[in-house]
Amino acid sequence: MPYVDRIAEPWGTRTPYGPGEPWPVRVDSFLESGLRAQDVERWVQSATILHSNGDGLDIAVKDGRVVGVRGRAQDRVNHGRLGPKDLYGWQAANAPDRLVRPLVRENGRLVETDWDTAMERVAGRARRLLDEQGPSAIGFYTTGQLFLEEYYTLALIAHGGVGTNHLDGNTRLCTATAAAALKESFGCDGQPGSYTDVDHADVIALYGHNVAETQTVLWSRILDRLAGPNPPALVCVDPRETPVSRAAAVHLANRPGTNVALMNGLLHEILANGWIDERYVRDHVVGFEELEKRVRDFPVEKAARICDVPVDALREAARLIGTARRLLSTVLQGFYQAHQATAAAVQVNNVHLVRGMLGRPGCGVLQMNGQPTAQNTRECGADGDLPGFRNWSNDAHVRDLARVWNVDPMDIPHYAPPTHAMQMLRYAEEGSIRFLYVTGTNPAVSLPELVRIRSILGQERLFLVVQDIFLTETAQLADVVLPAATWAEKTGTFTNADRTVHLSEKAVEPPGEARPDLDIFLDFARRLDLRDKDGAPLVKWGDAEGAFEAWKECSRGRPCDYSGLSYARLRGSGGVQWPCDDEHPDGTERLYADGRFWSDPGHCEDYGRDLVTGAPLSDIEYKALNPDGKAIIKAAEYVPPHEEPDGDFPFWLTTGRTIYHFHTRTKTARAPQLQRAAPEPWVEMSPADAARLGFTEGDLLEVATARGAVRARLRVTSMRDGVIFLPFHYGYWDRPDGAGPGESPGRAANELTITQWDPASKQPVFKTAAARVSLVTASSGAPSQAPTTAASRPVSADVPATAGGADAQAEEVMR
Amino acid sequence: MKLDLVIRELHRSEGELAHLLLRMSERHKGDHETYHVARDLAGWCHDHVRELAEAGKEHGLDLDPSHDVSVAERLREKAAERLGRRSEPGLLLLADLRQLYLAASEVSLDWEMLAQAAQAAKQRDLLALTQRCHPQTLRQLRWANARLKESAPQALLS
Repeated sequence: MPYVDRIAEPWGTRTPYGPGEPWPVRVDSFLESGLRAQDVERWVQSATILHSNGDGLDIAVKDGRVVGVRGRAQDRVNHGRLGPKDLYGWQAANAPDRLVRPLVRENGRLVETDWDTAMERVAGRARRLLDEQGPSAIGFYTTGQLFLEEYYTLALIAHGGVGTNHLDGNTRLCTATAAAALKESFGCDGQPGSYTDVDHADVIALYGHNVAETQTVLWSRILDRLAGPNPPALVCVDPRETPVSRAAAVHLANRPGTNVALMNGLLHEILANGWIDERYVRDHVVGFEELEKRVRDFPVEKAARICDVPVDALREAARLIGTARRLLSTVLQGFYQAHQATAAAVQVNNVHLVRGMLGRPGCGVLQMNGQPTAQNTRECGADGDLPGFRNWSNDAHVRDLARVWNVDPMDIPHYAPPTHAMQMLRYAEEGSIRFLYVTGTNPAVSLPELVRIRSILGQERLFLVVQDIFLTETAQLADVVLPAATWAEKTGTFTNADRTVHLSEKAVEPPGEARPDLDIFLDFARRLDLRDKDGAPLVKWGDAEGAFEAWKECSRGRPCDYSGLSYARLRGSGGVQWPCDDEHPDGTERLYADGRFWSDPGHCEDYGRDLVTGAPLSDIEYKALNPDGKAIIKAAEYVPPHEEPDGDFPFWLTTGRTIYHFHTRTKTARAPQLQRAAPEPWVEMSPADAARLGFTEGDLLEVATARGAVRARLRVTSMRDGVIFLPFHYGYWDRPDGAGPGESPGRAANELTITQWDPASKQPVFKTAAARVSLVTASSGAPSQAPTTAASRPVSADVPATAGGADAQAEEVMR
Repeated sequence: MKLDLVIRELHRSEGELAHLLLRMSERHKGDHETYHVARDLAGWCHDHVRELAEAGKEHGLDLDPSHDVSVAERLREKAAERLGRRSEPGLLLLADLRQLYLAASEVSLDWEMLAQAAQAAKQRDLLALTQRCHPQTLRQLRWANARLKESAPQALLS
């Protein structure tokens, strides 16, 4: 059996294939040291949870414990492959410091208690505030990592029961712009493309999407195409050099904050050369004239000047994209967390609309997600939208949801768009939100400008509930901490970025008194005595499968139709893509194959927004724009970023992730192989900038912005001059001070980031801030501990290569 | 021909709208979306003021292309803020958005008048100017309206 160190080789061994051929199977597995496959007692079906790719896997169980994982050969997403985080990350759930009992704050300290005491405190405070102030006092902030059943239940409790408009997920930080861009272009959320488009594409354009680190298995698929006959050409837009840019035919390392300028330049060239499908535009699209007008005065020379990229590179990118026969585009945080996020992501959709490249093999857009179940927060309404992609400003949609829930339409808040996460924090800051229920996320590390966030969450007048599996930085600020079960300890479904639904079954018991999030929500609803309009209990299910069956009814006839699915259907399957109904019993590989969209004024999920001001359009404006339910081309003007480098803060700061960690490392830092691969934060800088300032690899630097300062060791990489990069994963829970930096220098990248968000999608800006860098202590010769395998690859040959060692040997079986 | 009257009035009212937007931005620094978007929108007013000053030359006007609020006016503002504004930030935001909406409506009406007159007088350049600028005024108006709708429930019910 071939064994591979998958820390040293994150993407594993190549299995080349050609266009239109099936992607070969390669089954990856990793078991606890000393165990072999025959020692495993049970294999339990699930999928991966430390990224958004949704790779099918089986969980290995022995003696009531999870002891390993193995990729599912028959799964449509991964054909057996797993990434490093999947292979090693499961060990975190077995960590000795899991939360196993509820905690409540007594005299300023968190102390253990029983469930009844903790839940009565939570429900009691909610009830009192509802009597005193009403639903405007209550907010819910959830995650992209629970299961569909849990989100749907939470959405019903918050919107249909408590009646608050304040409900969002941390998906606001990762996927809000994907949803917003799809709504703007197609009238409704829903991923048009499929991962299988990689098998057919002749050009793949990746916009701010370092897929090699965010979705390792999808990158393996692209690498296998690149290694096979007739490989696709890649176009990469990213200020850093990454594995993607190294493999690309064209790399555009544009100045941060200029994505809309770049896209307008590309669109100018595409239109000027007539690389458009006139018939498609005539039959299926509105708004083309506005785009023509907008980009007419935006030649590539102008775009190249604003973006500071070579004009020939921009032209070559436009030629590749404009003349592709099968064009696949993918978009992620380089666009979503950047200035003018929605406007830029929408221009990618526009490229596909003018080129008529949708709904055919190889012709797709993938507006990606960052988290495993982010898609479900959007569908189920745990991001504040109404469930089933219903339109909050369409009374008929609200009535229909009220019918499903058996409540009065007036009981469902729909007077204004849902309150997004950053606005909720603002209301808590002002004191009008007085109860915040946080599930499965860690805002004290993940939100921008942490000094501000800690001061808001730490207020005496705010009652903070945190439901999680570890005592995170946020949990340490809570009034009540509820210990949750995690993946493998509960059953539920989730959906990846290409609409593939997987069932994840319970494999083992949760530790101690930890309970599934669903059970905790049900308990909360019971204690609040939430009722429907006939006086019956509002939440009519008591387990995950019951919640799924209810969701099927809620989704019936909607774009994200699950009515053809069931646990039985998903059991043993290789994943099914929604919509799945009577008409499409095997699911649907690509949306909009017939050039028909879910954008009729009576059907659409959203009437769209002004991309600069964020103001929602009215139904009347939308009807005038798009009476016949076509796709919508929305042009956008380039607006300079709100914070730019100057004399005091001469660098652009961008933040991002590494291949070995997930979010705030609560899980990945507890998997030894992953933690060793990237044990501490670092700061990346180009060789020219480092030479100019006299810095060398491994120097301890201080990075400061107007908001704060952090310290990290320097990694010199081939990135754009004038830009520095910090990974965002590192907080304080594994340092002595725990909840924050305390008296020590900070290390969380979000000490530095700016409180600002895209007006249309409300996604915070993490990619553009002005910073300065100074030396703290010079290196004694030791390099920084940044990984050498991916974007943080050093320019110096002296840095030892990242390797996992003896306990990182994973098995790879080719079939 | 009294087109100069409308141009002069628009030049004044656009300048005032810019001032309102910037004041709003400063006053609601803690409300980050208001802070940033109001500044972007003030930029549009400044563009309009410049273009109106240029167009005014044809009509015998000598208008300042870079509108600037006088120091005395700023001082009056500060005094007014100290004396009369002690409401909660949410209510203050509503009051400011309301004022902004009304001011932007006036500017919008002026653009409409100018567009009608320019068309009747067959002044193509002036008509084109209104077609460039007026849609942005309408977007400013819609923004004020939308922010008001979003903010009212929380400010009034808590």
